[in-house]
Amino acid sequence: MTHISTLTSGHRPRRALLAILALSLSAFAVANGAWLTKVPARDHDRQNPYRGQQDAINAGHLIFIDHCAQCHGQDALGTKKRPPLRSERVQQQATEGDLHWLLFNGNMKKGMPSWAKLPDQQIWQLVTYVKSLGVAGPPQNGETQR
Amino acid sequence: MTLIRSLVLAVVLAAAANAVAQERPYFVTYSHEMEEPGNLEIESFNVMGQPPGGSLFLGSTLEFEYGVKAWWTSEFYLDGQSTQNDSTIFTGFRWENRFRPLLSEHLINPVLYIEYENTSADKSLREIVGHDGVPDLLEPNGEARADVERELELKLILGTNRHGWNISENFIGEKNLEGEPWEFGYAWAVSRPLRLAASPRPCTFCLEKFQAGVEMYGGLGDTESLSLHNTSHYIGPTINWTAPANFTLSFSPQFGLNDYSVPHLYRFGISYEIDQFLSRLRKGQ
Repeated sequence: MTHISTLTSGHRPRRALLAILALSLSAFAVANGAWLTKVPARDHDRQNPYRGQQDAINAGHLIFIDHCAQCHGQDALGTKKRPPLRSERVQQQATEGDLHWLLFNGNMKKGMPSWAKLPDQQIWQLVTYVKSLGVAGPPQNGETQR
Repeated sequence: MTLIRSLVLAVVLAAAANAVAQERPYFVTYSHEMEEPGNLEIESFNVMGQPPGGSLFLGSTLEFEYGVKAWWTSEFYLDGQSTQNDSTIFTGFRWENRFRPLLSEHLINPVLYIEYENTSADKSLREIVGHDGVPDLLEPNGEARADVERELELKLILGTNRHGWNISENFIGEKNLEGEPWEFGYAWAVSRPLRLAASPRPCTFCLEKFQAGVEMYGGLGDTESLSLHNTSHYIGPTINWTAPANFTLSFSPQFGLNDYSVPHLYRFGISYEIDQFLSRLRKGQ
């Protein structure tokens, strides 16, 4: 018993460190695009009715300037605290349905508001514009934030 | 001529700027939509009316609404009123906070609202509770000012966004902190942009910049007399325009539904939104 209690007390700092490390890793996982894992399959597979349409890209650009550029930058490359939208995650890993789900629901714990106040049509126009941007270079500031 | 040129230039410059605000056209009803985090919205809401046997009045509220978090909005109000053949006075202040407990969109989205207010002779009519009605608006300002109301107000806000429509319902409970009974009220509203898809080109007067709807609100009595007797109720169409340069203009003619209500109220408002207010402040912009 003595041996066990000694062992336990001796390992306490190490366990605490491990717990902190595990917590940090889980927090990082949540911060690092974990929203993608929350998208229901039905939303993930939704089809964009405006896919590739130039008018929708133009309209989406105007919506982006009005509502998104203040945080994500005029060029969508992110700002000091907010992630870029021209990352591989947004451009390649996320489907258009995923992006629609994120815009509709937001990621409020991370500061991303819900844009459900925009009509569905405008959310799809925004998705069309964002997807038209493509990947731009290496990750920018804030890439790992969300 | 110079004035006209200046006006035209101002309109053109304004039209070239970004429009950000996308507010609901409601004056009394709160929707579940929160202020975007970091944004500050400065709003002036006004109501004009004339109670039977009383004087024409203009009640005004200046509001500062700040998005603290995506799920938390805080708002500070300054109230005043002007009554014909009487006086123009500052009537007090309010401070409210709104919290959104569910962090994603649902069919019905609740928001919890808590407000402290310290007002007297208020005619802004930002909510109707208990037995609020015409008699409250007939009292001369000098007498009404002596009755300072320190009140706690709670609201349950429910909101739904579907197919471009917003439907909002508010259940209101208000308690005078000096021992008076709880008073109750309600408000509901529905609205929709006049077009759901956005135009591919910048435009100032295109239909998606306008939202129209209907708003209704009224009192439900208090804990001593929970009934519609001696309560006032209003309904009216409402419209707003998301103007260039972050301005939104709103208007609503509203109609009293019984003899205890002012027959006609005219509400109008203007709001201006500053994106990422604190960041701008730090950068000195």
